[in-house]
Amino acid sequence: MIDQAPALILLIPFLASIIVALVGFRFRAVCYPLVLLGMAGSVWASIVTLLSVLEGGVIRYHLGGWEPPFGIELRIDGLNALVVVVVSSVSLLAAIYSKRTVLAENGDKVSQFYSLFLLLATGLLGMVLTGDAFNLYVLIEIAALTSYALIAMGPKRATLAAYKYVIMGTIGASFYLLGVGYLYIKTGSLNMVDIQEQLVARDLAGSPAIMVSFILITVGVWIKMAFFPLHAWLPNAYCFSPTTSSCILAPLVTKVMVYVMVRMMLTVYGAEYTFAHLEWSRIIVWMAVLAILAGSISALGQTNLRKMLSFLIIAEVGYMVGGVWLAEEMGMVGSIYHIISDAFMTLCVFLFAGIIISKTGKTDLNALDGMFKKMPLTMVGFLAGAFSLIGIPPTAGFFSKWYLIQGGINSGRWEYVVALLISSLINAVLFFRIIEIAYFGVKPAEGHDHHHSDGHDKISEAPLSQLIPLLGTGVLLLVIGLYNKDIVAVISDFLSSSNLGSGIR
Amino acid sequence: MLESLSPSFNYWIYVIIMMIGLYAMISKNNFVKKLIGMSIFQTAIILFYVSISVKEGSTIPILYHDQIHPEHGEHHEDGQGDHHQALDTLAKEHHDSHADHGDAAAGSHYPDLVIKPDDFSNPLPHVLMLTAIVVGVSTLGVGLAITQKLYGEFGSIEESEILDTIKSSND
Repeated sequence: MIDQAPALILLIPFLASIIVALVGFRFRAVCYPLVLLGMAGSVWASIVTLLSVLEGGVIRYHLGGWEPPFGIELRIDGLNALVVVVVSSVSLLAAIYSKRTVLAENGDKVSQFYSLFLLLATGLLGMVLTGDAFNLYVLIEIAALTSYALIAMGPKRATLAAYKYVIMGTIGASFYLLGVGYLYIKTGSLNMVDIQEQLVARDLAGSPAIMVSFILITVGVWIKMAFFPLHAWLPNAYCFSPTTSSCILAPLVTKVMVYVMVRMMLTVYGAEYTFAHLEWSRIIVWMAVLAILAGSISALGQTNLRKMLSFLIIAEVGYMVGGVWLAEEMGMVGSIYHIISDAFMTLCVFLFAGIIISKTGKTDLNALDGMFKKMPLTMVGFLAGAFSLIGIPPTAGFFSKWYLIQGGINSGRWEYVVALLISSLINAVLFFRIIEIAYFGVKPAEGHDHHHSDGHDKISEAPLSQLIPLLGTGVLLLVIGLYNKDIVAVISDFLSSSNLGSGIR
Repeated sequence: MLESLSPSFNYWIYVIIMMIGLYAMISKNNFVKKLIGMSIFQTAIILFYVSISVKEGSTIPILYHDQIHPEHGEHHEDGQGDHHQALDTLAKEHHDSHADHGDAAAGSHYPDLVIKPDDFSNPLPHVLMLTAIVVGVSTLGVGLAITQKLYGEFGSIEESEILDTIKSSND
């Protein structure tokens, strides 16, 4: 059973999704427990896998018993063992939250929604686990197709946003596919580790075809992760979708794509090719600086809570891309650590936004008027996420920024350090504005006639199914922050095994 | 000019078709036309993959009966032939995996058999494209379903008209 854990991570939610699709439309009540069961099984399997990776090193699981260069393998090292635990537990927390919201927002499509939800989780987990470049393309498309449908289940504007996402997402995935094609022409292999061996053995570093494939794959992945000039699909898609969809999409999709970028750079092309041979680090860090500033400044102008958070995701993607491309070990550690912490803090604030929307029915910031009195526990959960996004110790966000800034200083990229600090300040402004509205109430000049207002006074604490994931995420943010040394040790182990040294200045 | 293009004309053609698709996706106002562009875009990539597996004078990677038993190929009846063909395909797979490990000698079942990789086109890109075609069809299906939902909600599939509706409802 333990030996099969890597495959079970994928199979449990996948089978649960099929069962939900078959049984759910007749017996709506079984959907929610089945989803919880499926995701809990996946969390269990991923934790077992993480433990055995920590103990015995890299796991290579041959699907169907075919040997790696020919068959598809799941290859799990320190990096994706960590990320897979994050992905499965974020999906579990979002699933717990979904109990009431799915009934309220998509009451007529409960089984379809949950079936897609589990399939999305399967796709994302598969992207993290797989060791095969073409298999990764198929899993990217599985995750993408399900997320199009999950977004389009929202009201009016969501459908338009989903359409734009279909167009952009398809371009991104197709670029990736083309890049894999060029890699296949030159190396004759689709297995990630084998591609790297072939690149070295055949001395292909100077080949223009390999460079073209690198550009195509990188741009394709950037479109999918909403890196700044290619981000146009993201804000509306996450802002108008059903709240449960945004709770699983916003934390996971962009972070998993950042993971894919790191995997491509370090495992497939190798650090030496990416950093030493190409020498694009300078330009791309500047692009990341632009992404950070653009995301943060756009977030300042938003009055819609979820739209503001969506722009923050764009800034966070800038942090991670910049951190990876600093070509410096601390920056790389910071980026990978930020994948983990950002998944949880984005989940935390999106859960909070979902609770506010389902309680008040409003989406703008003024809906938070006086929330500290009405729902104190919810606000406590929110504070953990907000402090983490600002970067206040001892939350996870502080430590990831700490490592990223250290990386920026070590490599002498001051523009990146400055952008990170400005973005943290803007986050502080944004979240203290929310805290002010929630604590002191809306100023009479802004929120006129709010005194004799509607059902606002009847609002009370969120139900348990929504509070548990929110507070759980808040606690996890503190735990990840406090145990940062151990997590960083795992990441450093991974980096030292992927011969980073030769590519780093 | 033409001589320098001709050895790699398949790449030029796929790039041209892909750009036609990209142009339609970006510039068309009608949502169904955008999806048609998307389909063209994906088909261009399928063309690219299929074209890289082609070699001059090569054939499909299946061994015929005569190639294995050149002297008594005619003596077999049809029913047995089918059976043998299945065996031959298996043997061929066996050989391929040996060849990839640097062992060029023929397998133990058919000692006279010599397989030259140049005689066969590479089947793997075709297999990959079967998957990509499925993905493309499902993307198109999701896209069309979303377009249908857009039509139900906004009463139009023209991008400019839908944006006008959204603008006027915001004011």
